[in-house]
Amino acid sequence: MPVLVFAESANGTFKKSNFEAVSYGAKVAAQLGTEAFVVSFENLSDDVLKSLGDYGATKIYRIANDALKNFEAGLYAKVLHDAAKKLNANVVIFSFNYEGKAIAPVLAAKMNAGYVAGAFALPELEGSTMKIRKNVFSGKAIALYAIHSENKIIALTPNTVAPEKTENKCSVENLDITVSSTESKVKVKEVVKASGKISLSDADIVVSAGRGLKGPENWGMVEEMATILGAATACSRPVADIHWRPHEEHVGQTGLTVRPNLYIALGISGAIQHLAGVNGSKVIVVINKDPEAPFFKAADYGIVGDVFEVVPKLNEAFKKFKSGA
Amino acid sequence: MKFLVCISKAPDTTTKIAFTDNNTKFNNDKVQFIINPYDEWYALVRALELKEKSGGTVTVLNVGAVDNEAIIRKALAIGADDAVRIDAEPADAMFVAKQIAEYVKANAFDIVLCGKETIDYNGSEVGGMIAGLLDWGFVSLASSLELNGNTATLNREIAGGHETVEVSIPFVLSAAKGMAEARIPNMRGIMAARTKPITVVPVAASENYTSILSYELPKEKTGVRLVSADNVDELVALLHNEAKVI
Repeated sequence: MPVLVFAESANGTFKKSNFEAVSYGAKVAAQLGTEAFVVSFENLSDDVLKSLGDYGATKIYRIANDALKNFEAGLYAKVLHDAAKKLNANVVIFSFNYEGKAIAPVLAAKMNAGYVAGAFALPELEGSTMKIRKNVFSGKAIALYAIHSENKIIALTPNTVAPEKTENKCSVENLDITVSSTESKVKVKEVVKASGKISLSDADIVVSAGRGLKGPENWGMVEEMATILGAATACSRPVADIHWRPHEEHVGQTGLTVRPNLYIALGISGAIQHLAGVNGSKVIVVINKDPEAPFFKAADYGIVGDVFEVVPKLNEAFKKFKSGA
Repeated sequence: MKFLVCISKAPDTTTKIAFTDNNTKFNNDKVQFIINPYDEWYALVRALELKEKSGGTVTVLNVGAVDNEAIIRKALAIGADDAVRIDAEPADAMFVAKQIAEYVKANAFDIVLCGKETIDYNGSEVGGMIAGLLDWGFVSLASSLELNGNTATLNREIAGGHETVEVSIPFVLSAAKGMAEARIPNMRGIMAARTKPITVVPVAASENYTSILSYELPKEKTGVRLVSADNVDELVALLHNEAKVI
């Protein structure tokens, strides 16, 4: 029984979180002594689809159907359920991103599958039980889950298990699943993407600022740092609430959760609600004039100093570094 | 329009997380429990706003033991008309979703609203599972909700932006920031909540697919390495050579 990985493409290509999910699925398949198959819903060329095979999948199935052009969790789950039945798969892997978070629970209900949402490590097998670790209490603890059911679904938290290339060869096939747009319950009317900006949830580096910036007019240096580093910009909740910055930038307990490789916090005190949204970051840098700011306890590197003095100097230093000087 | 708002009980954000029974149970001693913020601030308040605008009823539902009635009363004080408590300790997300789906099958609702995730198990699961069990449309991470007759228009968060979708009623949504602003219950609401009905429903049979075997606390950070404000080049070098993140 193969392991099935769902890979959602964006603008005709795949991104790191897809490669992570495929690599993870291939490793789970190896544990189970089986193969990993990938399902993709976009009509992409064999070459693009084969990029997923580099991470250990042996077969890539293309399900190209106009009814699947726009994202709909329920319809996608139905088609994946049919694909799993056809391919005789009882383990399905997602990335724990916008799409995975929406589809996986619907599929779990349809497949009667035990589902672990947001795994950060490979499972341990014990008979037919899978034991998997995930973060709980907004990153303040880790729970070891067991999936007892025969059908199993795992959604992998992005940026936690590094994808590994293999020497494996894969083939691309079309998979015929009957689905009609009349089955669709949700119609997409309009898609709005912030153009040219790096998406906060996908960014490797995030530059974030808070009330210490004193006003929206002072964000120039924050954006400059983000531009130099190729980073996304974020902010704390108070700053979004008083409309200094758009709500989409709010990270923390009630906003977005981010897990970049590097999170730079400028003039943010580090309230527990903010930390809950960023504590999965690999490296945290805090710049704050208050040495007692709680954020320093969660930080890897810090500078105690006034952001208005430190940030311009740091931007110059980053620029020098980036230009190879 | 009949709204069903699913509310979960969660420990207050500032709770110090600890475990008992050889790290197999969450230690709820002295823990302040609240309504999961996404359920309260966004799902419940938006349902109330729409009811106030176009009529209908707002029912809150919680799966939990009798001590959950404190948070249920708060939801009633904020403005829900009545409440349902399914009398069971939640085993996992699918267990909760099955209880809710069974209740919805037996009692006609138009829109089921959940928060986008709970702040304790962070799974973002129950809403999608209810939709899957009922075979209803599902809109995840919705940041707005407007009604137009037999359909509703929602904005939902997607990677790097948002999209506007139209869904036919009935459907399930999970609510994210932007959908509404938190409301603080007033004295009249608190008084009224005392006499609003809480219907207790017995648990429906359900098989458990997952369980939690044990908990652990994450490794503590080794401590911050402070760099002088006069030596920002050192920070850049550390991020490049030691942390290897730039």
